[in-house]
Amino acid sequence: MSPRVGLFATCLMNLFRPNVGFAAVKLLEDAGCSVEVPLAQTCCGQPGYNAGDFDAARALAKQVIAAFEGFDYVVGPSGSCMATIRHDYPKLFADDADWRPRAEALAARSFELLSFLADVRGVRAVAADYAGTVTYHDSCSGLRELGVKAQPRLLLGSVGGLKLAEMSDTEVCCGFGGSFCVSYPEISGRMADDKLACVAATGADTLLGGDLGCLLHLAGRLKRCGSPVKVFHTAEVLAGMADGAGIGDQQEVQK
Amino acid sequence: MKVGSPRFKEKTLVALADPNLRQALGQSRKGFVNGRAALVAGVPEFEAMRDQARDVKNHVLANLDHYLERFEASVTAAGGHVHWAADAEDARRIVLDICQRVDAKVVTKGKSMVSEEIGLNEALEEQGYTVVETDLGEYIIQLAHEPPSHIIAPAIHKTKAQVAELFEAAHGGPRKTTVGELVTEARLVLREKYFQADVGITGGNYLVAETGSSIIVTNEGNGDLTQTLARVHIVTSGIERIVPTLDDVALFLRILARSATGQETETYTTLSTGPRRPGDVDGPEEYHVVLVDNGRSKMLGGKFQDMLRCIRCGACMNHCPVYGAVGGHAYGWVYPGPMGAVLTPLFVGLDATRDLPNACTLNGRCQSVCPVRIPLPELLRELRHRQHEQGLRPPGQTRAIGAWRFVAERPRLYQFANRMAARVLKKMGGSAGRIANLPGGAAWSGLRDLPAPQGQTFLELWQARRK
Amino acid sequence: MSDARQTILGQIRAALGRGPLPADAAAALDARVPRHTRLGFDDDPIQRFIEKFESRAGTVARIASLAELPDAVAAYRHRHGLPPRAAVARPLAGLAWPADFIHHPGPAGKEEILSVTPCLAGIAEIGSVMLAAGPDSPTTLNFVPDHHLAVLHTGQIVRHFEDAWALLRARPEGIPRTVNIVSGPSRTGDVELTMQLGAHGPRSVQVILVGA
Repeated sequence: MSPRVGLFATCLMNLFRPNVGFAAVKLLEDAGCSVEVPLAQTCCGQPGYNAGDFDAARALAKQVIAAFEGFDYVVGPSGSCMATIRHDYPKLFADDADWRPRAEALAARSFELLSFLADVRGVRAVAADYAGTVTYHDSCSGLRELGVKAQPRLLLGSVGGLKLAEMSDTEVCCGFGGSFCVSYPEISGRMADDKLACVAATGADTLLGGDLGCLLHLAGRLKRCGSPVKVFHTAEVLAGMADGAGIGDQQEVQK
Repeated sequence: MKVGSPRFKEKTLVALADPNLRQALGQSRKGFVNGRAALVAGVPEFEAMRDQARDVKNHVLANLDHYLERFEASVTAAGGHVHWAADAEDARRIVLDICQRVDAKVVTKGKSMVSEEIGLNEALEEQGYTVVETDLGEYIIQLAHEPPSHIIAPAIHKTKAQVAELFEAAHGGPRKTTVGELVTEARLVLREKYFQADVGITGGNYLVAETGSSIIVTNEGNGDLTQTLARVHIVTSGIERIVPTLDDVALFLRILARSATGQETETYTTLSTGPRRPGDVDGPEEYHVVLVDNGRSKMLGGKFQDMLRCIRCGACMNHCPVYGAVGGHAYGWVYPGPMGAVLTPLFVGLDATRDLPNACTLNGRCQSVCPVRIPLPELLRELRHRQHEQGLRPPGQTRAIGAWRFVAERPRLYQFANRMAARVLKKMGGSAGRIANLPGGAAWSGLRDLPAPQGQTFLELWQARRK
Repeated sequence: MSDARQTILGQIRAALGRGPLPADAAAALDARVPRHTRLGFDDDPIQRFIEKFESRAGTVARIASLAELPDAVAAYRHRHGLPPRAAVARPLAGLAWPADFIHHPGPAGKEEILSVTPCLAGIAEIGSVMLAAGPDSPTTLNFVPDHHLAVLHTGQIVRHFEDAWALLRARPEGIPRTVNIVSGPSRTGDVELTMQLGAHGPRSVQVILVGA
């Protein structure tokens, strides 16, 4: 029986990169899941949480909890949003007898996309090709809060034609950090440049990652500096849907 | 010590523009980070040791009153004196009183972050004492009249040439050119001071309740010369630095150097228990420990209690990419980096330190290396929460969060706004697929293009596909 | 002063939500014996001690018995071009030192070049010597001279810190005033993280290991 998966459509994916959403759907369906997308969903609440506005975070968390009750799993193509749901929701409702169990129940069945595919569904390979040398940035929330490290590498290893060139300092933050990147743009820019120097040193033609916040930030800096390096969400490559324009690259004219 | 934290942003810009600092920080980051990683990889027990270190600290905090009293009794039994300082002023007065009573002229100092915290040097100098920092890094920044920029490598921001210049000004020429010459010069100058000193002040990495010992851990041996050659040895230490027994000390010795400098051990670990004894031919005639609270007991039992586990190893700052970009001085007070971003607001107040909890991406690397597993990102977020409750957050951001919440609580409105944004931004991106100049968004587009959206939202496309 | 004491202890107890611990709880804390994870190693403790100590620019010389110590010290002096004088700790003063060798039991003064001291133990886990201050082992001998020769018997090498603490606790006179755990020559990395020996303490530390 195929498990019912509710796709968490992250804010940045929904607005900037629907292709990542469809890539996630394809990967989940290929892994034998039936995928649904609740339309009542908006944002996980992390911006409020990280800004110290815990009430705002709770308000949105309740909305997410309600929207995703009844699914076997909730999966999103982001370590950051999914870490919020998995780790922060139970903390936000620690003192709320009504909501705490619901938050914990959601947390327990919520997963970042690639860790879900590899760890829960046992996916070991995908049917996709990508002709290029890629380097993979470990986004911090996925890496440190959800243990996303081996899964993307395992799955990328099965992509035909793809060569993975690891960068040094791959576990160092890229400088996005949500509102940090606009509150402290100069520090954020320095961190991006440090990260991109590591990317450049690999000689890779493509930069991959699992969080669109980091990727928009890094792609934006790369393009500002005139770099030809293409940027994709890992899911796009794994789903064989990285044949269009990279993030921040010239898009084909829409029909 | 004066609090420079309100000028954080300004200081970060200065720091980012300093090529010497950038080079120094790059070196240290690599040295400390790689050193730790290599060593920890060779100790399979390390994670278990971190758990135990956390647990011992929690145990001490839960019984802090008892262990402090036991420590006091043990020190007294060994012929030493314990002084209790509720705040920085108390602590300064206690030290000044001792110096006055023993008619001191020259005071040497081993490295003590607590003495920086309580502004001890300024207080001693005001009273006419000659104060000499003896840790080489501390000595350098004393000559430069600067605060430390790192808790274990205080002069990490200084280049060799800058040190040579300071030494030439202080000791006379000719100007030295190698690190070896600089170290030798400092050795000879400071050697005189140790022998002249009336009072030697050190910190205390650990205060052992079982034995009444204070422990310092150094590479240079300066702390040992400071405390052995002066007539009077004063230890300034925070009340949270208590450990119950020597066996607990063993645990911390196994994680401290590995976490701090990527060494298996520092060169010297020294236990001091009371003053010189009958028959001894050297050692201090008096031994004093000043137990400094200065806000620590107020952290107990609350959301920030975990911070009291800190053993001041510096691993968090070594691994912090923000510290790695701007260095320690930007933080504006005694403690920089992640641990400083938590401690400084708690010690000097939220108002003067508004940037510190926010200048962090919450990337969690600090927590992942903290030997006592302090959840630093969570504490920083909690400080943001306090700022929010006290109206200390940037008004623009508070308004933005309010507006975001209003929209995000209304899924239809939210989706409509997203559909509009996707179209407008797509159009602004034009054929380039990116926006180089975002109106009102210079904080983003000053440094980065904004990749343009694909034109329609995911939910919109998904609905269309389902039909 | 006692005000501050009361204030601090009062605040701590208020924060912990209790008064002073009852006597039985306090006694239980004082009876606590922690059993922390120790560093595991299979190598022979003596070999490990030597390797670790030498890994930090310390040196180790081996002699069969204490009677050979004067020769070992002379060899060290000749190798480093040192004059025939030293601060020699009292327990070692009675050995057959050469007639021209001037020695005194300490303390070590500013001009002291060389010291020879006994040790209380060697700690194999990190390869360090432990010295206990007292009339027979003045602390200045460990820090003031440029050269420090620390005499350690192979039988004094223990595996872990905890074993060394047991030796301290077993002393009839109790915990020494000062315990120095010395892991090599004094060093600093404070200028540009460039490691430099001889920051303030000895530039050279040699363990003279006695016995097989």
